[in-house]
Amino acid sequence: MRVLVCVKRVPLTGGKINLTEDEQAIQTRHLGFTVSPHEECGAEEAIRLVEAHGGESVALTLGPAEAEEQLRDLMAIGIDRGIHLLTDGAEWDPQATAGAIVAAVKAEPEPFDLILFGTESADAGNYQVAIRVAYALGLPVVNGIKAITVDGSTLRCEHEVSGGRDVYELTMPAVVTVMEGINLPRYPSVPGRMRAKRKPVAASEPARSDARLKLVRLVLPEASGKQVEILGSGADAAPKVVEILQEIGVL
Amino acid sequence: MTTLVFVESAEDELSQQAVVMAGSLGAPVSAVSIDTGSLGFAPAAWAQTLVDTAREQGATAIIAPGSDRGNEVLAHVAAKLDQPMAANCTAIAAGDPVSVTRVRWGGSLLEEAQLHGSPALLTTAAHAVAAEPIASVQTVAISDGVSDADRAVHVSETVPAGGGGVSLADADVVVSGGRGVGSAEGFSVIEELAALLGAAVGCSRAVTSAGWRPHSDQVGQTGTKISPEIYIACGISGATQHMAGCKGAKHLLAINPDGEASIFSSADYGVIGDLHEVVPAISAEIRKVRG
Repeated sequence: MRVLVCVKRVPLTGGKINLTEDEQAIQTRHLGFTVSPHEECGAEEAIRLVEAHGGESVALTLGPAEAEEQLRDLMAIGIDRGIHLLTDGAEWDPQATAGAIVAAVKAEPEPFDLILFGTESADAGNYQVAIRVAYALGLPVVNGIKAITVDGSTLRCEHEVSGGRDVYELTMPAVVTVMEGINLPRYPSVPGRMRAKRKPVAASEPARSDARLKLVRLVLPEASGKQVEILGSGADAAPKVVEILQEIGVL
Repeated sequence: MTTLVFVESAEDELSQQAVVMAGSLGAPVSAVSIDTGSLGFAPAAWAQTLVDTAREQGATAIIAPGSDRGNEVLAHVAAKLDQPMAANCTAIAAGDPVSVTRVRWGGSLLEEAQLHGSPALLTTAAHAVAAEPIASVQTVAISDGVSDADRAVHVSETVPAGGGGVSLADADVVVSGGRGVGSAEGFSVIEELAALLGAAVGCSRAVTSAGWRPHSDQVGQTGTKISPEIYIACGISGATQHMAGCKGAKHLLAINPDGEASIFSSADYGVIGDLHEVVPAISAEIRKVRG
């Protein structure tokens, strides 16, 4: 089967977010970058499906030149090739992003059997790109999936709900959005890293449509205003902790 | 002119909040829930039903709660109408374009944005406004406009969870361990304290990535969102990814050897120290108090 996974490069924010002076982006000068977590699991799932059923796994990203780093990281754990939709680094809104992905998928010589996304990106959290892509391609789509089983051209997909798992069955070709927890992504090996350098990445510059969800500015939420009460250091703090637990009424 | 609000049920708190926030657009609010009959949850069929209902009522906005299903169904509406959608809004204001404030990074950052679409499509972030009982909810059946393709993807069965242990999402007390626990075996001290308190065991993303605990234990933006009476975070530094999952906790006790760790800026109570000394001492103290 031919599996495409769409991923986004996002900063590793650590403990505190700082904004650029124009309030249009996160200050990333001192930050590392990664693949958005749900999508990293999507890549691992693509690799496992191809290992089990044969075929090809492809990773696509829309982002700046530096985002090739994330494609190489995924190729180092087993993705076969990359598609890089180059931007100048400014964020695209969900409709423009979906439009560029649809055009790239249509430009492929052969259709994909399965297109994987993360349910939502770690940073923007728009919850919609995958569903827009599915409609534009006329494919069925299921969301928030934590287990995929393939039986011929049928996909059995499980979505966690309170008290159990909802099961969907759909026929490929299809779009599925996955969540972290569907698998535990592997770490790249040194030979994997070497192989990744030689794998192909097709780069192109898609046309950007006007944003219809238009960012005005980013705002840091008000601080909690909490002042921490330090109960003590080391084991000596235990009696104080127990007092607090009794006060709160959980003991 | 009306604002159509999709409610999961009249009793659902997030749906009640969505109805309250919908009021700030100024138009009369029409709350609808969907009677799916024997079909089961079918996001495309539900979305088409909302589209048809909105058209009948002349709705200028369609709003859903920012729940799994709310976001999913509204994204289907957005794709069907090819209109923009703003997910998880904390504030909305009428106008052309509609102005929204929406959640990014699981709530660690907010975005002010303009929504250039008609009807305006948006979902409301959890707990941005207080819930109020909904005056009236109209129940609509799956509409005639729904195609076979819309019906094709639906929940065919629901498998019950394995059960056993305290559910993380509903626990009154959660005891969590982070990178500072050091190993899978190191969690024995966390488990011991949790058992004494009748608490659920949680962990940070670093722990699940290392394979020390299953993902179902993860508290965070990409894990479980919790709202216990008290959250006891042991050896957790307080990355935004983690804090997005525990900001619903009423009280937060942090145990960390680094007094500068960012978790202390969100904590109510702190203990400076190594969790492998502090946590067993707390367990011993609880046993002593109980006699």
